[in-house]
Amino acid sequence: MVEATREQAEDYRRLVTRFGRRPAILRNAVWAFLVGGTICAVGQFFLGLFLLRGMPLKEATVPAASTMIAIGAILTGLGVYDKLGRRAGMGAALPITGFANAIVAPAMEFRREGLLLGVGARLFQIAGPVIVYALAAALLVAVVRILVAGPPGS
Amino acid sequence: MSPASFVIAFLVGGAICLLAQLTLDLARNLTAAHVMVLFVVLGAVASGLGLYEPLVEFSGAGAAIPLPAFGHALVQGMLKGAAQQGAGGLLSGGLTAAAMGLTVAIVIGLLMALVARPQG
Repeated sequence: MVEATREQAEDYRRLVTRFGRRPAILRNAVWAFLVGGTICAVGQFFLGLFLLRGMPLKEATVPAASTMIAIGAILTGLGVYDKLGRRAGMGAALPITGFANAIVAPAMEFRREGLLLGVGARLFQIAGPVIVYALAAALLVAVVRILVAGPPGS
Repeated sequence: MSPASFVIAFLVGGAICLLAQLTLDLARNLTAAHVMVLFVVLGAVASGLGLYEPLVEFSGAGAAIPLPAFGHALVQGMLKGAAQQGAGGLLSGGLTAAAMGLTVAIVIGLLMALVARPQG
């Protein structure tokens, strides 16, 4: 009898977590979509500004992204971005402003560990892995692309 | 600056973030940092396949602001460098393309760590 009860309790727990997770996943997805989309729409404003100055799209994305990085970094300094991130999840983390947040937040947090090993090192706590794997993956992709499609511009 | 460009940026950018959120929630052993790395690498691969640039042309900031654009920028910078200067350009072109963003992020990050206090 005790065995059965334990089994039932386990079943019940599993059922609750299964149905409990669904709304959470849906809610997280909606938040990520709305906040991520809004951040990109703000980015579109800056991209539009640089396009209006006559820059081609390929060039204009660079200062537009850099402007968004500056905004993300400053909002992190003001304590706003982390509040947004708790709700929006990847909607705040995946835009380039989230990359800025990933650099600024640990740098601020580990200030007390000193300027060198606190700020200087922790600045790259998340940005480091992103840069390392991005660079390695990009080089691999570029080399394969050149081997398969021939030298670029030819 | 057409209203449509904002709507398209919102929809495409939001969709990319939604995909990242689903990845995070459905693969339970991944952290946000894992998903960021994964999407940057996916951006590099999509760029190499010639898929990401058309998405940027279609959606502007919708594709240029989410992190896959970082991988895309590195690949395109490397290919551009290789076209202009061969092997040396291949190796230097990636970070050249990312230089402005990285410099802004690091310098403002340092500044914020010096002047701002973490809350909570």
